[in-house]
Amino acid sequence: MQVPATFGYELAPDLAGALALLARHGPDARPIAGGHSLLPMMKLRLAEPTVLVDINGLTELGGITVDGDAIRFGAMVRHAEVLDSAVVAEHLPILRDAERVIADPLVRNRGTVGGSLCQADPSEDLSAAFSALGATVVITSRDGERTVPVREFHRGPYETAVAHDELVTAVRVPIRPATGSAYEKVERRTGDWAVAAAGAVVSLDGHTVVRAGIGLAAVGAEHFVAAEAEEALRGAPATAESFAEAGRIAAEHCRPTADQRGPVDYKRHLVGVLVARTCHRAAARARGEV
Amino acid sequence: MEITVTVNGREVTRDVEPRLLLTHFLRDHLRLTGTHWGCDTTTCGACTVRLDGVPVKSCTVLAVMADGARVDTVEGLAAGMAETDLDPVQQGFVACHGLQCGFCTPGMLMTTRALLDRDPDPSPATIREAISGQICRCTGYENIVRAVRWAAEAEQQAATTTEVAR
Ligand SMILES: Cc1cc2nc3c(=O)[nH]c(=O)nc-3n(C[C@H](O)[C@H](O)[C@H](O)COP(=O)(O)OP(=O)(O)OC[C@H]3O[C@@H](n4cnc5c(N)ncnc54)[C@H](O)[C@@H]3O)c2cc1C
Ligand code: FES
Ligand code: FES
Repeated sequence: MQVPATFGYELAPDLAGALALLARHGPDARPIAGGHSLLPMMKLRLAEPTVLVDINGLTELGGITVDGDAIRFGAMVRHAEVLDSAVVAEHLPILRDAERVIADPLVRNRGTVGGSLCQADPSEDLSAAFSALGATVVITSRDGERTVPVREFHRGPYETAVAHDELVTAVRVPIRPATGSAYEKVERRTGDWAVAAAGAVVSLDGHTVVRAGIGLAAVGAEHFVAAEAEEALRGAPATAESFAEAGRIAAEHCRPTADQRGPVDYKRHLVGVLVARTCHRAAARARGEV
Repeated sequence: MEITVTVNGREVTRDVEPRLLLTHFLRDHLRLTGTHWGCDTTTCGACTVRLDGVPVKSCTVLAVMADGARVDTVEGLAAGMAETDLDPVQQGFVACHGLQCGFCTPGMLMTTRALLDRDPDPSPATIREAISGQICRCTGYENIVRAVRWAAEAEQQAATTTEVAR
């Protein structure tokens, strides 16, 4: 039986209250959102926070809303809400694709957008998808709000730009014209973490790629991004050859490690195939074909 | 810490440690052992209960996080003690042989009840997706899917009959 070490529990009444509690209890306190990464770590004693500040009551951190030319995701939005969202289905199919393959429906009922980003697990699918989308993370402290591009948010495995007395309150994703997106993942069995996964966001001007965002999960890509492949696609024709080349470049530059999910060459192979496929589907969606 | 939870419609108040998991609150403190405890790692779904209506893996929820909430377990599914009081999903599992050892069954029942509440006519693919976070070592899932279809059809028939009677 796995039992976490003892800790104190505080239910935060609202955002200001949560920030005050985090400040009062110091660096060994932790916010708890869905708890589906934190509690398993506490059960294994890989995390031993002295106090948990429960942010599930913070209605300010809810909702998926269109906000000008961006879509705002409250940090406490659950995976299941992302999957069910009509706004997401219309504008950000990459997130719908990703959510279909993140964990299982029961985990998705609890796990949150903010928790996923803050956990900073190198295999986290939403981190890769939001990086491909060029999202911005909104971080709030008692001094006010600051924004950090998602590509600067992750400092390394399990490390983020969030200080102990701050909270991620929202993620903002720009809505771009003539843009399509897609996500694909290879896992050993339904609901498992990725062996490798890729997401692509492609903006077109006629048949030319004007902007490409490519995110990778589980293959050691810095900031979850395939920057060299993105660069190669800018200004390229939206053809199968261009996308295959982007895949080849992404496979070359990522840094997977061998583990129980597979050897390095297999993971590189997957990156090549998944990048090409998702770029292709993203371009087709940008043209309104699927 | 004192918590008050509405379990299967009945309000209970207990003093618990913050580190107590909802599974153990139900099983050890309330003696509701219908909720099973399997992998302890959020994988098998044997511990699935409904938290404010939403199916969740109770081995990965703190009991204190259910303070003020409604928790429904397999013990609350049937309306009474007679066989005809069983929830249609339970009847479906009986009729279609949806279980063998029964270890996964309470979790399967809670998830599929929640599914039918949301989608009264789910396709076999939708049912498989809904239970994809739960492991059954016996049935091969085929009969579980049949059981849920059985329940869906029984409920639709009952609804039509009520409609006609009006
Ligand atoms: C069986 C299983 C399978 C899974 N499979 C996948 C998968 O395939 N792909 C995938 O991407 N993920 C997967 N996950 C992870 C899942 O998506 C988690 O729910 C998610 O990573 C964490 O979200 P949470 O809300 O549960 O965070 P929590 O566990 O509550 O928190 C995680 C961390 O973030 C911090 N935190 C949470 N919210 C905030 C906030 N607003 N501001 C600052 N810090 C915060 C916490 O203090 C903690 O350190 C899986 C999880 C499980 C249990
Ligand atoms: S005991 Fe909770 S998922 Fe297995
Ligand atoms: S009936 Fe035995 S595990 Fe499902």
